[in-house]
Amino acid sequence: MELVSQHVKGIMEECKLRARDQGLKFDDETLEYIVTNRDMIELSPKVMIPTLYDYWVHDVRVLSGKGMYEAYPSNPYETVINTRPAISFYNDNNPDWLNVMIFYHVLGHIDFFQNNLFYKNTWDIDLTGQALSDKRMIAQLRSEKGRWVDYVIEFSRGIDNLVGYQRELNQYIMKDATRQKLSKIDFYFDIFLQKIKNVSHNEYLKEITRYNAIMNGNEDFFDQVIGKYPEFEVLYKKELAVKVKSDQDVMEYIIRFSPFLKEEENEWIKSVIQIVRNTSLYFQPQIRTKIMNEGWASYWHEYLFMRDDRISGHEADFAKVNAAVTSMPKVGLNPYALGLRLFQHIKDMEDKGCYSFDYMFLKDEVGKKKYNQHKNSGPEFILKTRENFVDFTFINTFIDQEFIDRHNLFVAGKRFNNSRMTWEFFIKSKNVEDYKKMVIDTLYHPPEIFVDKALSKKGILYLNHKFENKPLKMDFIENTMVGIEYLWGGPVHLETSEPMISGKTAADYANFWDPSSQKIERKSLENIKWKRMLYVMENRKLHKREL
Amino acid sequence: MITLDELLERDRRREEDGFKRKIRIGRIVKPGSGGKDKIIIVPTTVEEKFVHDDIGLDQDPGEGEPTGGTGEGEEGDIIGEQPVRPEESEDGEEGSGEGPGEGEGGEHELESNAYELGKVLSQDFQLPNLQDKGKKRTLARYVYDLTDKNKGVGQILDKKATLKQIVGTNITLGNIPDVNDIDPSKFIISPQDLIYRILSREKDYESQALVFFLRDYSGSMGGKVTQAVVSQHVMLYSWLLYQYDKQVETRFILHDTEAKEVSDFYKYYSYKVAGGTKVFTAFKMVNDIVERENLARDYNIYVFHGTDGDDWDKEGKQTIAEIEKMLNYVSRIGVSIVEHSYVGSKQTEVEKYLKSSGILNKYNNLIKLDVMAEDADDSRIIQGIKRLIS
Repeated sequence: MELVSQHVKGIMEECKLRARDQGLKFDDETLEYIVTNRDMIELSPKVMIPTLYDYWVHDVRVLSGKGMYEAYPSNPYETVINTRPAISFYNDNNPDWLNVMIFYHVLGHIDFFQNNLFYKNTWDIDLTGQALSDKRMIAQLRSEKGRWVDYVIEFSRGIDNLVGYQRELNQYIMKDATRQKLSKIDFYFDIFLQKIKNVSHNEYLKEITRYNAIMNGNEDFFDQVIGKYPEFEVLYKKELAVKVKSDQDVMEYIIRFSPFLKEEENEWIKSVIQIVRNTSLYFQPQIRTKIMNEGWASYWHEYLFMRDDRISGHEADFAKVNAAVTSMPKVGLNPYALGLRLFQHIKDMEDKGCYSFDYMFLKDEVGKKKYNQHKNSGPEFILKTRENFVDFTFINTFIDQEFIDRHNLFVAGKRFNNSRMTWEFFIKSKNVEDYKKMVIDTLYHPPEIFVDKALSKKGILYLNHKFENKPLKMDFIENTMVGIEYLWGGPVHLETSEPMISGKTAADYANFWDPSSQKIERKSLENIKWKRMLYVMENRKLHKREL
Repeated sequence: MITLDELLERDRRREEDGFKRKIRIGRIVKPGSGGKDKIIIVPTTVEEKFVHDDIGLDQDPGEGEPTGGTGEGEEGDIIGEQPVRPEESEDGEEGSGEGPGEGEGGEHELESNAYELGKVLSQDFQLPNLQDKGKKRTLARYVYDLTDKNKGVGQILDKKATLKQIVGTNITLGNIPDVNDIDPSKFIISPQDLIYRILSREKDYESQALVFFLRDYSGSMGGKVTQAVVSQHVMLYSWLLYQYDKQVETRFILHDTEAKEVSDFYKYYSYKVAGGTKVFTAFKMVNDIVERENLARDYNIYVFHGTDGDDWDKEGKQTIAEIEKMLNYVSRIGVSIVEHSYVGSKQTEVEKYLKSSGILNKYNNLIKLDVMAEDADDSRIIQGIKRLIS
């Protein structure tokens, strides 16, 4: 691993100037390293952070990565990591013109890392330095505690997708946003009147009018309320008390309240959990902006390189490389291609002023096609977009029927053709809502699991899984809970939902003609009955029962 | 960098510490041309977390995950298809070029990797060493094959190689001014340019073991069951390879209501089919092959059969008859039944009739049965192997 030559660095610096002219913003300092493919294989299990702590699962991944490379050699162009300064890795063997294109792509990524608000929690941290000190600490612990350090890492990583990223981020974005308790007013209007008393609209509005009137006077609004509903105060206090959802995420809660970790000889475990938690938090924005980040980088390498005189003589080469990276596959999803086209689409729509009520209310197709207000505000608009969106909101907001039609997109289905013994690919839907749902289903979405404070009593840690029409992967529950039990030092309960599947007989299955599918015949979604289950982990034994 | 052995050592210690093992032996199969596949053995592991299961509850049976797509067409149009089974290309049909006897690639790569795995299994998982490697005489075999190339003289002219050589010579001589316009009539041909294939004594290894792998690939064998069977068979193969110091030959047989032999492990491993199940067909095929090729004299024969225990022949009469015939010559029959989780603790048909027939007791040193659940992990599978070969 070595820095690029002065000549190549010069190319990079020139790229920076031109990128800045178009409104991209990033720090002056960047580091570019030349690495071998072998280095890449060894770095990728460590999410490309050279100083990340050592862990045996990384070694397993390196060994299988080497096997994979042996079977399917590949040559990645670049990898960028979100550090200060931003570090990027390259292959040794690129010609200058290709480096220009790759550098534009990399600058797109760096701009994204440093401007997208969802990365705000990573802006003030020197990750490579932090990771190095963590690595040293873990190495130190390992020399004292041996393999138990690895168990703790394993168990902590088992819950590192349950970190409260959004809450953490919120604190960065709104520094003074201290959590408000449920106020009396909110309780009265939102819960008491509507849910407990079920008052009529008329009466509700009357109360609001009365409240507004009193705002200007000195009278206490609640005097009359208590006169009318003597039970109000008690109910309000009760409501405050039942707030069961813990503010802390599962990892924090364990660090703070685990009886096992309170013992002095186990103190060190807290630091390990903290390291794993911080690392996970650091990478949360990256997992949630794959399509945007790749799309943004691809948008800019295309835009900037096409306008760069250094392309001359290499137009065809560029077209070939660019197409390989950004073409839409006939079947399948390519985040680079999708994100790139969506950014282009957003720019065009905004340029024409289509994000407006006038346009939305247009009913005829021809009028829509011809609509053009010549706003030409697209460039600023996409800069704003890259600042304020994540994949979910990006997809959900901007994929519209116009986008689907323009690029001939569709949801591709796959079904088993019994008579021909083939898998058939077919156009399942060209509807924008179906397409959006299909893309959104591929996004990172960890289950929402929180500590239920009310039920976490008598040494039990009670986890509640918020039901979102999807069950948890059953095979993984046991080992994950073994780990939590270890860190918690007591029984762990998990409440979750499972579909009820009517008993299938063996004969039924044997006649099932599709061997390639592991899915069991099921009724359509509406007919699935869900039941709430409780998993109990105690002394490394798992039981479950219906609630 | 940590080695595979160290990883496995660490994994074994997990058990002592009261946790489940986590390392599995994974296989990367790189399909090559003409069935010469490369299998690379690597460790794999899964980091368990609470995650959503991506089962498509709203999908019809026989339908795969939807994905994106681009192109012309209307809803409902079929845009392509992919065969469920890989195309079978018969040996020798893969066109000109190297014929049989190719010494490298393919099979070989699997073997060297599998040998390593066998070593790992024997040493790290403490699989027993073979007690008795059989009393049959070791046999030195010579295979004569037209593989070696020779300039000038030989049995068969290798036209392609010769032509290449001639072109090479002529380029060196400057006799081809324009490579895009070659006039063969102007070639200068030296006798040394003629390349012949000559008969050569190819292999003289001592062959000891012949292993038949039998697998049920009927409709009921989907998913985990097949994975478990195949995993076990790969490990068995690897272990035997190590035990017999690489002198193992293998035959692969798949069956549903009919049995068929496939040429290599990749096909054995990847074929999926739908249909009913007649277990006896596979055993019958083994008996036929052994008789026809007179194999019993020269080899220690092992037969391993993997199934989910489903059989149309509920009594197992035909199967038992074939097995009894087989017991006359085999060193070991190992039957693994992988039960579907929905079967519960009920006995499967194959298990029932094997037990009631009494052959398991009568010939308990020749035939072994192992029944495991479909979600068996590697350590359970290895335990199964111990049972089958004990």
